[in-house]
Amino acid sequence: MKWQSLIKVALMSLLRNPMRSLLTMLGMIIGVGSVIALVALGEGSQKDIQGQISSLGTNLLIVMPGSSQMGGVRGGSGSLGTLSMADVETLRKNGRLFRGVSPEIRVQAQIIAGASNWNSMVMGVAPEYLDIRNYQVASGNFFGEREVKSRAKVAVIGQTVARELFPGEDPVGARIRIRNVPFLVTGVLSSKGQSAMGSDQDDIILAPSTSVLYRLGDGKTVRSINVSAVSEKDMEAAKSEIITLLRGQHRLAPGEDDDFRIRDQTEIIQMATSVTGTMTLLLSSVAGVSLLVGGIGIMNIMLVSVTERTREIGIRLAIGARPLDVLVQFLIEAAILSIFGGAVGILTGLGTAWGLGSLLGVSSVINPLMIVVAVLFTAVVGVFFGFYPARKASNLHPIDALRYE
Amino acid sequence: MKDGIIEVRDLVKTFSLEDVQVHALKGLSLTIRRGEYVSIMGTSGSGKSTLMNILGCLDHPTSGTYLLDGTAVSGLNRTQLAGIRNEKIGFVFQGFNLLSRTTALENVELPLLYDRRHRIGNPKKAAEEALVRVGLGERLKHEPNQLSGGQQQRVAIARALVTQPSIILADEPTGNLDSRTTQEILALFQKVNADGMTLVMVTHDPDVARYAERIVELRDGLVLRDEAVIDRCKAVLELPPAAKENLS
Ligand SMILES: Nc1ncnc2c1ncn2[C@@H]1O[C@H](COP(=O)(O)OP(=O)(O)O)[C@@H](O)[C@H]1O
Ligand SMILES: [Mg+2]
Repeated sequence: MKWQSLIKVALMSLLRNPMRSLLTMLGMIIGVGSVIALVALGEGSQKDIQGQISSLGTNLLIVMPGSSQMGGVRGGSGSLGTLSMADVETLRKNGRLFRGVSPEIRVQAQIIAGASNWNSMVMGVAPEYLDIRNYQVASGNFFGEREVKSRAKVAVIGQTVARELFPGEDPVGARIRIRNVPFLVTGVLSSKGQSAMGSDQDDIILAPSTSVLYRLGDGKTVRSINVSAVSEKDMEAAKSEIITLLRGQHRLAPGEDDDFRIRDQTEIIQMATSVTGTMTLLLSSVAGVSLLVGGIGIMNIMLVSVTERTREIGIRLAIGARPLDVLVQFLIEAAILSIFGGAVGILTGLGTAWGLGSLLGVSSVINPLMIVVAVLFTAVVGVFFGFYPARKASNLHPIDALRYE
Repeated sequence: MKDGIIEVRDLVKTFSLEDVQVHALKGLSLTIRRGEYVSIMGTSGSGKSTLMNILGCLDHPTSGTYLLDGTAVSGLNRTQLAGIRNEKIGFVFQGFNLLSRTTALENVELPLLYDRRHRIGNPKKAAEEALVRVGLGERLKHEPNQLSGGQQQRVAIARALVTQPSIILADEPTGNLDSRTTQEILALFQKVNADGMTLVMVTHDPDVARYAERIVELRDGLVLRDEAVIDRCKAVLELPPAAKENLS
């Protein structure tokens, strides 16, 4: 039998019972729809998180003081003040794989501007920090090497700080007092929004590292050193370079543990995505089960259909249909049911992903591969679950089938 | 003597039920020549349908040989039998056996869709011609439930004719019809036979049997009587003028 006629015959017998065909497809529609929606939303939220994390900075390595994992008696992470400005200088002078090196000295302080005041984080950094951390200056200027050398009392403030201290005004050129030390606001940062961990990246004040260290801080504690590697593939090499340089600077004997730790972005990304990944996997497997149930629904209906249409099968066999023709006809019917169901399911799933996504503020990623896989999968489900009933139909004996009441 | 289009020798068919064995055919032999029109008669249970099903390649004999148009049928597998049914045999059933919710045209076209050798070029056209031939040229788009019993049987005959088979087998084709529509069918059969088609028709009605040229009577799975019809009836003559027009 020709393909066109096979498909025509299959379509005709499906249309003879439109309600039942529709209900059968419903299982497939729900199954495929939920898989598509969940995967789209899962990938979307993962992309959101990755976007947030890469907004941290490109090829970022963060050196933190801390005991190593293997030490005998260990202080807590960051409990030892092992990083200093000398370390920063070493890295900056001798590093070959670094695009930028910047210390981070943190002081939580009360800021006063005229009659307003606000509590924020003041960060002492190098001029490269802007580039390392992907910050941008919205208005005014960032400070340079000269300001760092002279411990200048200049500051660049984040959007949140600007909003709290200078509502409706241009803060550039204004004066603020940080722990009673007067600073000149030379610029305002562009907004960066929330970090992956949920903190406000705009509630920040950046000032020259030396100014913060010596005028506001204790004069020695560098909280962390931010390093950006020249490229992503140099991340590992840059990491070992940091280790070598800092071990030399700290005069650590071979075998002695590192007294610092290096965290990189991938580590942070992995941490954040593993959570959503697990969720997606969990929900997808639930959706997968519903797909399976949809497939079993198809098998069920096809079995009923074969019994109900025994006489029809008998007629077909009597006028010369080969067992294979009957087998193929029922397989095609099952495949049509599941492919149509799958197609409607894909549309439903995309609609749901879009609707839920905009409702929850999550982006949904539509992966074309996903759709191809869904289509193939539904066809396979149709053929797999259609095979047993089809086989049953094709094994009927013409006389028995014709006699069937 | 013309060559035998059907030759069966020592045909035995035994049905095994749970504890009894039913011997439906007990070594029956029969030859039917090309172009012949044969009635098969016999009381209920004498084995007529069993014989027809074997002749129609719908069933296997328990033993015995069957030569159809030169082909030894015993020993063919299911797929090959399907091919024979499609190409060489047109079967007409007592209960019409049309596909419901399917138009007359599609019903008649159906066997051509299963013809792997595509012997007939344009299935739709051939189906249409077959329906015109049985006088249903105006009823192409009608579904079985919109047709009378006689019309349904004529659709079934068109379906049997459309593949240009070697032989038409009809098992009590008029069993479900009133006398007037029976005449229509008999007239059609005589016309088809006059065009050269071999016909085997089962009936338990002696009046119906007399429209054939030869009557074979079965009893208990064997041939009891096999003789030519002397006072053969001409169905066309008994038809009302309108129906006659339809058939010519
Ligand atoms: N599938 C079957 N199973 C068991 N017995 C059968 C079957 N088909 C026919 N028979 C028996 O075979 C005998 C002949 O039946 P059949 O050929 O149908 O007779 P007829 O058509 O002449 O009335 C009957 O006794 C019937 O009961
Ligand atoms: Mg019978």
